[in-house]
Amino acid sequence: MPMQNICRVLQAEQLTADVFSLLLEAGALARAAKPGQFVNIKCGEGNLLRRPISICDAEGDTLRVVFQAKGEGTRWLAQRRSGDELDVLGPLGHGYDYPETGKVLVVGGGIGVPPMLLAGKRAPGGAVAAVGFRDQSACILLEDFEEANIPVKIASDNGTVGHHGFVDALVREYLTEDKTISAVFACGPRPMLKSVFTAAKEFGVPCFVSMEERMGCGIGACLVCACSVGGHYRHVCKDGPVFNAEEVDW
Amino acid sequence: MKHVDMSVNLAGMVMKNPVVVASGTYGFGREFNEFYDISALGGICCKGLTLHPREGNPPPRIAETPSGILNSVGLQNPGVDGFIAHELPWLRQRDVKIIANISGNTPEEYGIMCEKLSDSGVDMIEVNVSCPNVKCGGLQYGTVPAMTAEVTEQAKKHAGNVPVMIKLSPNVTDITAIARAVEDAGADAVSLINTIRGMRIDVNTRRPILHMNTGGLSGPAVLPVAVRMVWEVANTVKIPILGMGGVAKAEDAAQMMLAGATAVAVGTACFADPFAPVKVRDGLEAIAAAQGLSRVGELTGGVRPW
Repeated sequence: MPMQNICRVLQAEQLTADVFSLLLEAGALARAAKPGQFVNIKCGEGNLLRRPISICDAEGDTLRVVFQAKGEGTRWLAQRRSGDELDVLGPLGHGYDYPETGKVLVVGGGIGVPPMLLAGKRAPGGAVAAVGFRDQSACILLEDFEEANIPVKIASDNGTVGHHGFVDALVREYLTEDKTISAVFACGPRPMLKSVFTAAKEFGVPCFVSMEERMGCGIGACLVCACSVGGHYRHVCKDGPVFNAEEVDW
Repeated sequence: MKHVDMSVNLAGMVMKNPVVVASGTYGFGREFNEFYDISALGGICCKGLTLHPREGNPPPRIAETPSGILNSVGLQNPGVDGFIAHELPWLRQRDVKIIANISGNTPEEYGIMCEKLSDSGVDMIEVNVSCPNVKCGGLQYGTVPAMTAEVTEQAKKHAGNVPVMIKLSPNVTDITAIARAVEDAGADAVSLINTIRGMRIDVNTRRPILHMNTGGLSGPAVLPVAVRMVWEVANTVKIPILGMGGVAKAEDAAQMMLAGATAVAVGTACFADPFAPVKVRDGLEAIAAAQGLSRVGELTGGVRPW
């Protein structure tokens, strides 16, 4: 059940030049959060629409969001400090469903990495991660994966860290090495999601992807965040954001 | 605090309070009912229906603008039969007036849809002659008085005892001419305003944000335009008005009523705050009480023009 909570910022941290992390006192909202879901945050009086932000982590009553300061709303959010209060709707959307047995491979690209942390941590059969960044300076959350005992392989577009290239190469590596992986979960830019799906398909492993589209209400009423799935427009905020990659009309 | 009678009568449809939610901003109510009991509202203008199901426009369908949004959803909906079969039974269990909203490609289509809805259990039919986001039908009917009148006549002929409310477009030179034509053709009420056509361009890609290039503007940015048009229409016709366009708080709703609206719809504000319509209702009651009114309806038409 989604709810509206006024959440206090417990900790605010800048991770890279444009990526920020907020730890929120979110009560029941945090306890209800599932991997792959998101929250819709009111970003000041001047911005009419809330900003949908993926849930990076949830433990007890605390909720963590990690986001990129990109436009006016997220820049406002990036300026929040410990003690500030935020109007948060959530948890929203349909997240990742775990396979009955086996490990999951969580794959994140850039600002698609944060939701993969919770997705990996909650995996009942364990998880391994493949993460891709533009370059070394854009790397985020690597220590968090380590702390959660989730093995990580890294790729970067320019080779300054890890594999020189894209994450789909890492997906192939993992799926070749480890036959206990029974599902691939991915979040990131659309071309990356498509390439990860292609790699997973080569190995016959089901792939679930988190899609992105401009949103209005965030709760499934206004129908603006349309995404073509199975020949029909479904809605990222309510039907998704996570869809079976096999059904997405790429 | 003095007790205020919040009930209003919109063309024979008695609502427990004057706060309605605008079509296209509230779906069929289910999503909001997860946050609160939607029986708190006077009525719901349901998502716009067409004769057959529609997929809607390709995304992006929304762009944020100063104090507003542009949308071009393009009437994605399950069709009038889908609504009657799957949405209406659930809605009928709620203590809230149900206003079906319809769009057609021809006057005949409006008639067929009214026929289907006439004994379905809806409390009112809102006829959309003003959707800016679909190519055939909608806006074109709402900009020519004779065509709006023709659609109104068809709707009235087939709606049985269900009151018919025509939703007017602000994208016209003289909205009072359309309102007069609609009243003469037998409409029971009018609702206004629909969205104002607009456009936003990404300067770097030189692409419009919306895939359909243009869309409809709503939100606080349009409130003064809506209040002015409600006032003009109220001075022109005798049939009641459902006022809408940028209403986000109780004071906005009170302005609409003072300008001449019998009831008020909250739309885009529901995106920022799902509880917005409930807050508008409570605030409206407080305003009426503070002004010593015994009925909220006493606000209607109460503006004192210079």
